[in-house]
Amino acid sequence: MRAVPELVCPAGTPAGLRVAVEAGAHSVYCGFRDETNARNFPGLNFDRAEMREAVAFAHEHGAKVLIALNTFMRAGSLEVWYRGVDDAVEAGADALILADVALIDYARRTHPKQRLHLSVQAAAATPEAIAFYRDRYGIARVVLPRVLTVEEIARLTAQSAPCETEVFVFGGLCVMAEGRCMMSSYATGKSPNMTGVCSPPSHVTYRDEGGALIASVGGFTVERFENSEPAGYPTLCKGRFSARGITSHLFEDPVSLNAVELLPRLAEIGVTAFKIEGRQRGRAYIATVVKAFRRAIDALASGGKIDFEELRALTEGQRDTVGAYRKAWR
Amino acid sequence: MRGNIPPVIANAASILPLLPLEMIVRRLLANAMAARPSFAERLGEHAGRSFAIDPVDCPFVFLMRPGRNKAELRVVRRNEAPGTDARIAAPLLVLLGMIDGTYDGDALFFSRDLVIEGDTGAVLALRNAIENADLDPSTVLALPKSLSGPFNSVARAAFDRLRRLLDAPEESGPKGAFQS
Amino acid sequence: MMTAPRMSLTLGPVLYNWPIARWIDFYNRIADEAPVDRVCIGETICSKRKPFVDEVILGTVDRLERGGKEVVYSTLALPTTKREVRDIGDMIQAGYLVEANDITTVHLLNGRPHAVGPFLNIYNEAALAVHLKLGATRVCLPPELPLGSIRAMAAGNDAVEVFAFGRPPLALSARCYHARSHGMPKDACQFVCERDSDGMDVSTIDGVPFLAVNGIQTLGYVVTAAVRETGALREAGVVSLRLSPQSCDMVRVAMIFRGLADGHTTEKEATEALGALALPGPLSDGFLRGLPGCTAEVD
Repeated sequence: MRAVPELVCPAGTPAGLRVAVEAGAHSVYCGFRDETNARNFPGLNFDRAEMREAVAFAHEHGAKVLIALNTFMRAGSLEVWYRGVDDAVEAGADALILADVALIDYARRTHPKQRLHLSVQAAAATPEAIAFYRDRYGIARVVLPRVLTVEEIARLTAQSAPCETEVFVFGGLCVMAEGRCMMSSYATGKSPNMTGVCSPPSHVTYRDEGGALIASVGGFTVERFENSEPAGYPTLCKGRFSARGITSHLFEDPVSLNAVELLPRLAEIGVTAFKIEGRQRGRAYIATVVKAFRRAIDALASGGKIDFEELRALTEGQRDTVGAYRKAWR
Repeated sequence: MRGNIPPVIANAASILPLLPLEMIVRRLLANAMAARPSFAERLGEHAGRSFAIDPVDCPFVFLMRPGRNKAELRVVRRNEAPGTDARIAAPLLVLLGMIDGTYDGDALFFSRDLVIEGDTGAVLALRNAIENADLDPSTVLALPKSLSGPFNSVARAAFDRLRRLLDAPEESGPKGAFQS
Repeated sequence: MMTAPRMSLTLGPVLYNWPIARWIDFYNRIADEAPVDRVCIGETICSKRKPFVDEVILGTVDRLERGGKEVVYSTLALPTTKREVRDIGDMIQAGYLVEANDITTVHLLNGRPHAVGPFLNIYNEAALAVHLKLGATRVCLPPELPLGSIRAMAAGNDAVEVFAFGRPPLALSARCYHARSHGMPKDACQFVCERDSDGMDVSTIDGVPFLAVNGIQTLGYVVTAAVRETGALREAGVVSLRLSPQSCDMVRVAMIFRGLADGHTTEKEATEALGALALPGPLSDGFLRGLPGCTAEVD
């Protein structure tokens, strides 16, 4: 019998973690409230005490906690990240999610028994890239970039063993190769790699222009929502731009990933874990999405039928995409 | 915007004095802050910013400045509201639904049921801090623990009905958000 | 006072899809006239463009070597297919000096001496040390790094190169934006990227110039120019400046930076001389100063 895919869910706050665990998450990922994690948004994340409590709560309920320290260490301030790794291990993390090769190296040397996952921010997109981390540092699982097709994921999963693969199935979609994008620091001086934020709220402004909502990042107008149009967060790569005299969503439409229909195939090719994006989202969102996906995974495992309608309804009213998982996206 | 209180009631409220309301809301806020000591910590650098919480279907606006240990709060008539660092505006029922986790703030914003202006970082910090506070009616009213279960289910049912009555946006939240 | 050693100049690979005749002419002129020490050559952005380059690359390499340049073979920044990876392996097996732009390539190199381009995430002294141990002999740092980080990384080694001229590379994607903007799928792109020799300009909906698109790559609209920082970079121990080809007169650009690096040209002269070239955007040193990378140079 095939193993049940693990449902990996986001938690931006301790309350969010409790909701995710109660809704059926097998694992929850979260980070410390500082620049060591790639969701360093105001009001989010865990201090040291909260992290210890969160791990205890999750373990009591049979869930795992994966602690993300997935930014790149700032030169001259390595201690901040090293301490983060030490504290995460001490808090009882089931795995650390890391991106910086030097932090991986540190974690492996200092905590030889600690399970390590490779963050999507490391953008390992080939069997050779995965082998690099697996063979040198004993990475146990790699979170695959969202730029791959399902067939590429199948090949990677087969060739990466015993390293497991984890793929995003729902939530915000990076259009660029993750961890290799500097658009945000180009526009705002703050970037996912260096500060743990993309299109940071501190640089976002909304302005009303005759009923239309104008959203800008770092002073650059990124989107204009007409009166009746659904609005969105102005992430740079999902904005409306002008090239060759044509205005369009040049990089990506303001869609979110919903790979619901691919779940059976992803399970079939041996993907170990399905990941839901959204540490910045509220408890309401977490509960609804986690419950729905847990039901789908249980159905998959028992050979029952997945209620695709329920999962599709999660993005109702918004546009969704299977992204690069289908080749035509490119 | 969806979920507005009927104008008849809103207009009636406009002739009432605001002081009693301000006292009540201050009390509730103090209860919430006492129950959730990590609230201000979570606001980080954004503690000390001024927020206008604007129930667009009511004639008044809540002015709030959450500090380290306590939050300042004033209730003023909309036309007397001063400028603030940030403004969050939606029908009263929708704002309440965000506090208790019935609604996802992102979803409300996407569907234009919620308007934010000013310092986006401060708004997000506040929203995330409220999210984590995981408040229910009994906590806000500082009811004894023995009453919280039954009281919260009654309150949940009442709010449920009210939301339907006023055609508020559909709940995006966990159905048990009001359950203890 | 101790004088820092001479900084070398590295010409980065042509990132854009230039018609092959122009590409050959460009390198011939570099071989004969440009005061650069090292030339990186090869397709780094799109494997579909690669056959055209591969057909003529050996002749060009000969010419560059006759001109006294060290030649480095640049490799794909985002290899994903089996074939793309195999091509990189072949280059390594053939014994060429390779510049790695993805961790895939570092793995294939398996400890052999190599260079590292600006596409690897090397943000601190510890990550740099890991790569030096893996055989990197020269590492071009990511363009978003500020001078403070560069200082912490360039001390105590002879390997650090800094992206000093050209539109800053910002992002890579599986999707081709050039094809998308022309309403074509990537697989049938008709090489529309060939029309934009400095990338396709992208502006905001209210007409503010913002980015440039080069196939699957996104770059800044501005042109990085580490003019004011050249002295500080040399003091910090940076051994090489990278000049990334744009369609302007790159021989002239190389001469300007040679003069700056040797202290024969003042900042003011260099800025004026660069400003007189046909640049695709304003000069910027925002990233180096720890500011948004789009910040245009103002005095």
